[in-house]
Amino acid sequence: MKILKLIYKNLLRHKLRSLLTIAGIAIAVLAFGLLRTVVTAWSYGVEAASADRLITRHAVAFIFPLPYAYKGQLEQLEGVKKVSYASWFQGTYKDQSFENFFPRLAVDPETIFDVYPEFTLPADQLTAFKQQRNGCVIGKKLAEQHGFKIGDIIPVTGDIYPGNWEFTVVGIYYGKDKTADETQLFFNWEYMNERNRQTESFATDQIGWYIIQVDDPNQAATISEAIDALYVNSPAKTKTETEKAFQQSFVSLSGAIIASMEVVSYVIIGIILMVLANTIIMAARERIREYAVLKTLGFTNFHVVGLIAGESLFISMLGGTVGLILTFPVSQAFGDAFPTMFPVFAVQPTTIAMAIGFSVLVGVIASIFPSYRSATMRIVDGLRQIG
Amino acid sequence: MSTLVEVKNVTKVYKRDTMEIPVLQNISLDVPEGEFLALMGPSGSGKTTLLNLISGIDQPTSGSILVGGTDIAKLNESALAKWRSNHIGFVFQFYNLMPVLTAFENVELPLLLTNLSKKEKQQRVEAVLSVVGLADRMDHYPKQLSGGQQQRVAIARAIVSDPTLIIGDEPTGDLDRKSAEEILVLLSRLNSEFKKTIIMVTHDPHAAESAHTIQHLDKGELKSN
Repeated sequence: MKILKLIYKNLLRHKLRSLLTIAGIAIAVLAFGLLRTVVTAWSYGVEAASADRLITRHAVAFIFPLPYAYKGQLEQLEGVKKVSYASWFQGTYKDQSFENFFPRLAVDPETIFDVYPEFTLPADQLTAFKQQRNGCVIGKKLAEQHGFKIGDIIPVTGDIYPGNWEFTVVGIYYGKDKTADETQLFFNWEYMNERNRQTESFATDQIGWYIIQVDDPNQAATISEAIDALYVNSPAKTKTETEKAFQQSFVSLSGAIIASMEVVSYVIIGIILMVLANTIIMAARERIREYAVLKTLGFTNFHVVGLIAGESLFISMLGGTVGLILTFPVSQAFGDAFPTMFPVFAVQPTTIAMAIGFSVLVGVIASIFPSYRSATMRIVDGLRQIG
Repeated sequence: MSTLVEVKNVTKVYKRDTMEIPVLQNISLDVPEGEFLALMGPSGSGKTTLLNLISGIDQPTSGSILVGGTDIAKLNESALAKWRSNHIGFVFQFYNLMPVLTAFENVELPLLLTNLSKKEKQQRVEAVLSVVGLADRMDHYPKQLSGGQQQRVAIARAIVSDPTLIIGDEPTGDLDRKSAEEILVLLSRLNSEFKKTIIMVTHDPHAAESAHTIQHLDKGELKSN
């Protein structure tokens, strides 16, 4: 018989109480894991951003376009490897419902997959994308969600770019890793620009932003300054930043929501702590006489603290493990339910590490007070306690 | 017969806020090795306090207590814990067994602090449970045993580490007459057969008759027989 066995047997003393505490911790860790995953999913673009990509947009705001004519000039700059561009098309597919929303972008078929090597498109499909003016390429997740196949026509009603648009699916791309967004639709910018030209739209020969691949990521700051200096006296001044900073600016728009979710996730940890501390304090109080007897037999404070902290840690770790295991299928289901809102919804290693770390921490902290009380208790006082 | 326990001019004063409550006043007592001593006295006379001091679970306000030549008042907490595990066997009025452990596991508890092998521990536990007549109940939990049987398990736990001194605080106080008689017979046997020194606190004059010597405490002072 070992001390561990005594810890285990103590756990089973009030089975329902132990079970409810473990279940409470499991649910709290699950909620924590889910919230953290939402927070990380929100900023997945920041994490997925490549160090060798710069984004050049209008200096005033993202919604103002830049002239297409900049492309040739940008390509001439030293250190620039490749220049691509994109425009936010928006539009409506079927209706305005949440499930029918997905990003629709007008891009340059010649370069877009060069600057985004994390997207893989079979060579024949890339050729078709370059050749078919109204062709579009969609992400694998988007294709699965709506059942799109190659050859299907996706009708979209334009708003920024009015009219009815039809895009023929000529390719389905997939991500090389989990962080790649597979929920987008890319179509040929030329197709849109031709229509703009015909309708004499304000947006003719305008693009939303440039994506600039550089030779050396260490030169990103210098090249950014060089680009912006080039257009400092032009009507469409530019602001160039790393892709990470660009993505971060989007995330920061939702900063308050994310911050509040983070706060809630830590509040949950606090609640777990209270629940467990309450259980351990009750258990230790009930057993104060037993601890006194153990000390009488020659067991030291170290043993008594070990019994209390061991039980606390056992409960917190067991609850934490159950909660963490449940986080994976629940996150999967959550991600599947909102594929376009969270293109990448995966439990991150940091979330796992935090859940484990907090489980241990909560177990230790919850046992501090009862351990201290039991350790400082005089044996004669403990023996007088009625359990 | 050599003296095992020497209590010299011991005083114990409890402090409650600003109040000082004297419990023992200048007590001196010698207990020879192999003695079976009964401490009697009315409630509040200080007999349990004296027992606690001799067993090293409380400290005197002044005076010294030597057990087997060791001045236990000078030992620090961890040394005292080790000393208790080696030299003292406790039998409490309310048995104080761990409810989640079987009789075997309860008796085994003091041996967890020793370096004995698993087999040696098992042999010792089985031997002492045989001595107290519970060899066939070792897998029973306390709630499955009668009061008398629980007290016998407690006695087995007290003697399993072969202590120098057995301390009994009202060991028959919670038992019916028959069970109490069995426990007293067992304690007498431990004293006579196994040469264990026993100090027992009791209210019961009949229980005290089992002892060789009876000492009376009253208002914190030892009265001569």
